Amino acid sequence: MRRSLLFMPGNNPAMLQNSDVFEADAVIYDLEDAVSVTEKDSARKLVAEFLRFNKSLPMEVVIRINGLDTDFYSSDLEYVVSDRIDTIMLPKADHDGLLQLDKLLTKIEQEKGLTKKIKVIPIIELAKSVLEIEKIVTCPRVDGVLLGAEDLSSDLDVIRTKKGDEILYARQRLVMACSAYKIDSIDTPFTDTNDNDGLKTDCEFAVSIGFTSKSAIHPNQVTTINKTFVPTKEKIEWALRVEAANAEALKKGLGVFSLDGKMVDKPVIERANKILKKAKAYKLI
Amino acid sequence: MKNSLNRFVPEGFKPFLSSHDYKTKKINLIKEKQTSNEIKMLDDYSHLFDELGIKDGCTLSFHHHLRNGDYVFNEVIKEIKRRNLKNITLAPSSIFPNNFQLVELIENGNVTKISTDYLNGPVAEAVSQGKLKNLLVMYTHGGRPLAISTGELTIDVAILGVPTVDKHGNGTGAIGKSACGSLGYAESDLKYAKKVVFVTDNLVEKVDNPQLDGKYVDYVLTVPAIGDPDGIVSGTTKITKDPVGLKIARYATGVLDELGLIKDGLSMQTGAGGTSLAVASYVKDLMKQRKIKGSFASGGITGYFTDMLEEGLFSELYDVQCFDLKAVQSIGKNKTHHAMSGSRYANCYDDNIVDKLDFVILGATEIDLDFNVNVTTDSHGKIMGGSGGHSDTAHGAKVTVITTNLIKSRMPIIKEKVTTVTTPGEDVDVLVTERGIAINPKRKDLLEKLKDSRLPIMTIEELLKTAHEITGVPKNQTRTDTPVGVVVYRDGTVIDTIFKV
Amino acid sequence: MKIGIAGSLESNDALITVKSSEKLEIIIESIVYDFFYEQIKAVILDTLKTANLSNVCVICKDKGALDYTIRARLLTAIERMEKA
Repeated sequence: MRRSLLFMPGNNPAMLQNSDVFEADAVIYDLEDAVSVTEKDSARKLVAEFLRFNKSLPMEVVIRINGLDTDFYSSDLEYVVSDRIDTIMLPKADHDGLLQLDKLLTKIEQEKGLTKKIKVIPIIELAKSVLEIEKIVTCPRVDGVLLGAEDLSSDLDVIRTKKGDEILYARQRLVMACSAYKIDSIDTPFTDTNDNDGLKTDCEFAVSIGFTSKSAIHPNQVTTINKTFVPTKEKIEWALRVEAANAEALKKGLGVFSLDGKMVDKPVIERANKILKKAKAYKLI
Repeated sequence: MKNSLNRFVPEGFKPFLSSHDYKTKKINLIKEKQTSNEIKMLDDYSHLFDELGIKDGCTLSFHHHLRNGDYVFNEVIKEIKRRNLKNITLAPSSIFPNNFQLVELIENGNVTKISTDYLNGPVAEAVSQGKLKNLLVMYTHGGRPLAISTGELTIDVAILGVPTVDKHGNGTGAIGKSACGSLGYAESDLKYAKKVVFVTDNLVEKVDNPQLDGKYVDYVLTVPAIGDPDGIVSGTTKITKDPVGLKIARYATGVLDELGLIKDGLSMQTGAGGTSLAVASYVKDLMKQRKIKGSFASGGITGYFTDMLEEGLFSELYDVQCFDLKAVQSIGKNKTHHAMSGSRYANCYDDNIVDKLDFVILGATEIDLDFNVNVTTDSHGKIMGGSGGHSDTAHGAKVTVITTNLIKSRMPIIKEKVTTVTTPGEDVDVLVTERGIAINPKRKDLLEKLKDSRLPIMTIEELLKTAHEITGVPKNQTRTDTPVGVVVYRDGTVIDTIFKV
Repeated sequence: MKIGIAGSLESNDALITVKSSEKLEIIIESIVYDFFYEQIKAVILDTLKTANLSNVCVICKDKGALDYTIRARLLTAIERMEKA
């Protein structure tokens, strides 16, 4: 479960040094787009040494490796895969690539004797991947999917706008697939780092169509994301009342009961439980 | 001799005892000056020196309201050099990098003594290297007016840049081409110097609502320009965008809120730094959300606070110094934006504003396990600042919050012992860093209020350990045994000594 | 002569140059020299040991980098030198 996933450039010591203080649920150490081709070697060593030194980071550690179509990904994996990381993020992911990554990871996990299984977050940034999304979400290790709207817009040859009509279909399709398989649906980052109101609107829209999480490209975006991707006060209060009414009904041996004149049945109770689980996880109750 | 903080005190100075010791002592004020003479009008600096008979051994004072754009101080320095005067004492309220020409006069023995509240740039460097003949005396913004009013610091001639002056010698900083807003730090010099000169580039028939009373003035010197408007005020002071600074500001606001300080009638002060302004901005959000109206904000004033005044979030502003253009404009038009003197601001023997503060947000170059704060020197002991109003507000405010990065360029800000004590730990209550918050154990009342807090509250020792785990333990520095200056606490006692580097 | 350079002069980073040499030589410039010289030297020596190098010249221009950054930059410089 994640609200915010924060991108951090992998070759920037000043930013790495503080990457754990911004209260992001996950930090994505980026070896791909934030690192120039000539610095790929320094970035992967810096991130690896940083992780070796920082034994207990308070958040999920994600590494965005270079794509499987580059010369860099295998060295990336070799250097950074260890018990210190939780997740590999794969750019330009498709179904075949994810199967290949799974095999590679299994091999490295065995060779290095890892005590845990590394998860994978694919980035959907090709039109083909949008169409394949149902296959992608069922790939091994995948526990969340990120929409990469910038590259997707290039692939579609459309102009990326703040409102985002051009990516609406991709967003909804991604949410649908992730919801069906109960994994995180992670929205594309909001790229104007100076427009906090715009970020808020974008977050609210993403929540309204079902996204569970959002990525951030600047630490100053994290607070807004963390505040938006949680149940509202009203929802939590409602869920608490459902829980109480349900407990009362169970005592009385009632299967179905009503609250505020509305019928409460199993799906409603499950929804309330889901809200409460989230609220507890983020210390809202 | 050592003071109560076990810091060295040179011969001839009184040792610091405690921050509230002033209450047990009485002071005697010297007589305010009065001029019966007509005001003499002059038009060049050389003429001024002749008229006043400024000679070897004189003490000249200045204010720093024209900040890094000031011409007055530099013109006087040039005249001292031209005349090759010796053993001059200078008593400006601050010295900035643009006063670099002073270095040569220090080296040549023209200027042999300096007292000031804040000092950075080349002059600070020269003093740290031991080039000044006598010990540098560093006051606080409240301590300087006290020293002047008691005759501890006697001024032969106060040479004060005043943006607008009338024929009767009445002056204001609110208008004129070199407008700088409040002239708070000039007031004690005006009242107690043996002779007073106003230097202006805007002589008018009449000044309405003068900030400085013409009855104390002996000479008015009119020059083409008293300063460079670009250096006098920064265009705008802005909230930091640095995510670490913003995190610190969020924590600080959280602490203030949990302590119940965000309430109707609140009074506050912050510095003009980006993190301090971010705290002000978060406090503002809470005040608006909860429809809270504060009583006043004080200190150096920025556009941020004048906006809050205009939005009705404060009833009044008490302004000793304007930091930006917006503040200068506001003091000219808003009746509830008051200029105040340095004495009214922070003199412990005056009916001062700092004593009425609910909370203050301050910075630190170093802070130690006893919560002593250094804003005077760097970790090598080199001078790079000074108290300004730091120790005054820390003592006056009910809650003093220090906001700082835990680590800057690999240097942990927390030390076992600070290199130089500016503000005693007894007046420092809360330390907020990006990796945790420490409360002074002496403030049991605050700890009690925060006992169920969700904020990361820990001991300062734990915070130091966190810092050392990241940076390693820095090697202790050995200092020289040659004093170059004293840090005078607001009551006139010496809280620490600055050594040659 | 073989040479490898890595890192930068940005704050919290270090620019490290490694050159083949007759003997071991370490030159350190640092904004925190007085406080961390020994620690920086120890990291460099330890990293050279891991890389099995004894006769090299290391020039470290440090802008307040933490130990792991110095180590990573040195490892990269060594790798670049060996590939040169």
